[in-house]
Amino acid sequence: MSDLSVKICGVEFGNPLIAASGTFGFGREFAEFYPLSVLGGISCKGITLKPREGNPPPRIAETEGGILNAVGLQNPGVDHFIEKDLPWLKEQNTRIIANIAGNTQEDYCAMAEKLSDSDVDFVELNISCPNVKSGGVQFGTSCESVGAITDAVKRHCKKPLMVKLSPNVTDIAEIAKSAEYNGADVISMINTLTGMRIDINSKRPIIRNNTGGLSGAAVFPVAVRMIWQVYNAVKIPIVGMGGVSKWQDAVEMLMAGASALQIGTVLFNDPYAPVKINEGISKFMDENGIKNISDITGTVIPW
Amino acid sequence: MKYDSQLFKLKKNDRIADGIYSWVVENDNLPGLARCGQFANVKVEGKTLRRPISICDADDNSLRLVFQVKGEGTEIMSKMKPGEEVEILAPLGHGFDIQKDKKYCLIGGGIGVPPMLFTAKQCDNPLVITGFRTKDLVILQDDFKAAGAETVLTTDDGSDGIHGFVTDVLKEKLGEIDEVCACGPIPMLRAIADICRGKVRCQVSLEERMGCGIGACLVCACKTKPKDGEEFMSQVCRHGPVYDAEEVFFDE
Ligand SMILES: Cc1cc2nc3c(=O)[nH]c(=O)nc-3n(C[C@H](O)[C@H](O)[C@H](O)COP(=O)(O)OP(=O)(O)OC[C@H]3O[C@@H](n4cnc5c(N)ncnc54)[C@H](O)[C@@H]3O)c2cc1C
Ligand SMILES: Cc1cc2nc3c(=O)[nH]c(=O)nc-3n(C[C@H](O)[C@H](O)[C@H](O)COP(=O)(O)O)c2cc1C
Ligand code: FES
Repeated sequence: MSDLSVKICGVEFGNPLIAASGTFGFGREFAEFYPLSVLGGISCKGITLKPREGNPPPRIAETEGGILNAVGLQNPGVDHFIEKDLPWLKEQNTRIIANIAGNTQEDYCAMAEKLSDSDVDFVELNISCPNVKSGGVQFGTSCESVGAITDAVKRHCKKPLMVKLSPNVTDIAEIAKSAEYNGADVISMINTLTGMRIDINSKRPIIRNNTGGLSGAAVFPVAVRMIWQVYNAVKIPIVGMGGVSKWQDAVEMLMAGASALQIGTVLFNDPYAPVKINEGISKFMDENGIKNISDITGTVIPW
Repeated sequence: MKYDSQLFKLKKNDRIADGIYSWVVENDNLPGLARCGQFANVKVEGKTLRRPISICDADDNSLRLVFQVKGEGTEIMSKMKPGEEVEILAPLGHGFDIQKDKKYCLIGGGIGVPPMLFTAKQCDNPLVITGFRTKDLVILQDDFKAAGAETVLTTDDGSDGIHGFVTDVLKEKLGEIDEVCACGPIPMLRAIADICRGKVRCQVSLEERMGCGIGACLVCACKTKPKDGEEFMSQVCRHGPVYDAEEVFFDE
């Protein structure tokens, strides 16, 4: 029997599939389908220092092979998360990742400090949300700003720090190196690619925010390419995501260099995707005599 | 609430008006008896997102869904053949609150009419007012009559029933009823809410573009203000689709 568990920064995940931030809320709804322990972990909805209302609707549009979203970080705030959501999440027998976003460096540091004394397993630094006016992505698009925010948050964070990269950049490997140099323990990637859809009858963008973040199968090859580039540039582990929809995608992304994976958009189509993808990976490992997930990571043989 | 997304067998797919189709789907393990006003999230081959469709009628092991072809997803659905399988997540959301011994007026506009059929079946002698643009789009009149409802039909162009709007009829009948339930376009719902305000309770069913359909992704936001509560961005898929009209901000 193959072993699906993976260890990242000394933290063991029961399997390599983690729910992607923003697609899974704080787990309660999906827990009506299955025990959350079918997932290796959950990256919770992005939280901010103070509660946020988010953007006006519509917040989603469909496109070939994917979706655009512009939720705008609607969330109840970090204190609510720690008091009301985390105690329940910790009983679900899966790893918990807190995804944080802020308007200022001080916001990020204040949240990291609060979470340091909580039960979360990781802090994921969301410096790549394309859907809010100030905050998030402006920290994530240059080596200097990524380095500075990573360094600052690391000083306040006692939990392993995962830095989530934006794909909306020219050279993602350089950005990853800057995060690693400044103290990131893990890289997670990719966040959504900025896109736009227009209703040709009304001439209005379908999303009220005009633009939104593209996710789903459509972004998969971009994610694989970027993960491969980053794998070749840094030593710290990568949690890969972006369009993983079936077990073959999962294996492919691991081969590109990911140590574990997050899955998001596919859950809207099939809430049972994590169960099915894990079964597929397990069968693939059995058939190919692979004992550990880590034996797949980075095994691509490039030309 | 326990969720399950299950395979249903398509029993019937009938074209019941211009561009409008009626499905009956069957599954012996329906995860829970549907309530009127709830919806189903239908998986469509080749599409990333499911399509939310109101439950038009239901029993222990089947659902009826009536939909209009709007874009590619509903087009694919309209071409499916009886015998094919379709994966559906249902029942979802918060339906109409129907109480015994009250006289209900149920109002549907256009493709907002289907959920009012299942609702009519939960009421005693309801008054059902339906409005359509034109006679080619009129649906479900016989079903409402069979359900024991008193029906009033209106069309915008006068090609069938009364020439006018559902709100014209509602104004006349307001004295005879206790509560209103409505589903249809936002301008219609807003006008109905205005007429009912301070006189009779009004519940409305809203639409919003959806992702997960269960309350996890927060894409289906609607600004609401619960009675005695704070204004907040609720999720149409979970807190709705049915709301008390006084809770909703009807801006477009
Ligand atoms: C709670 C609820 C109940 C509904 N009940 C019915 C019903 O009983 N009968 C019926 O005909 N229609 C109903 N609708 C509307 C129906 O969901 C859309 O017409 C349908 O999703 C359009 O899909 P499409 O692929 O044909 O259109 P496209 O425009 O190609 O769809 C693109 C995307 O936008 C979404 N979308 C487009 N229009 C709407 C809309 N009005 N509401 C929500 N999402 C939309 C689609 O789901 C899809 O994700 C309901 C919507 C909601 C939210
Ligand atoms: C509706 C929605 C909301 C999201 N919210 C967040 C968020 O709050 N924080 C974040 O870091 N990423 C967020 N994301 C991005 C996802 O976590 C993920 O990076 C992206 O969707 C790519 O993975 P996928 O193709 O498997 O969905 C969101 C994505 C979607 C679709
Ligand atoms: S569709 Fe995901 S919260 Fe409503």
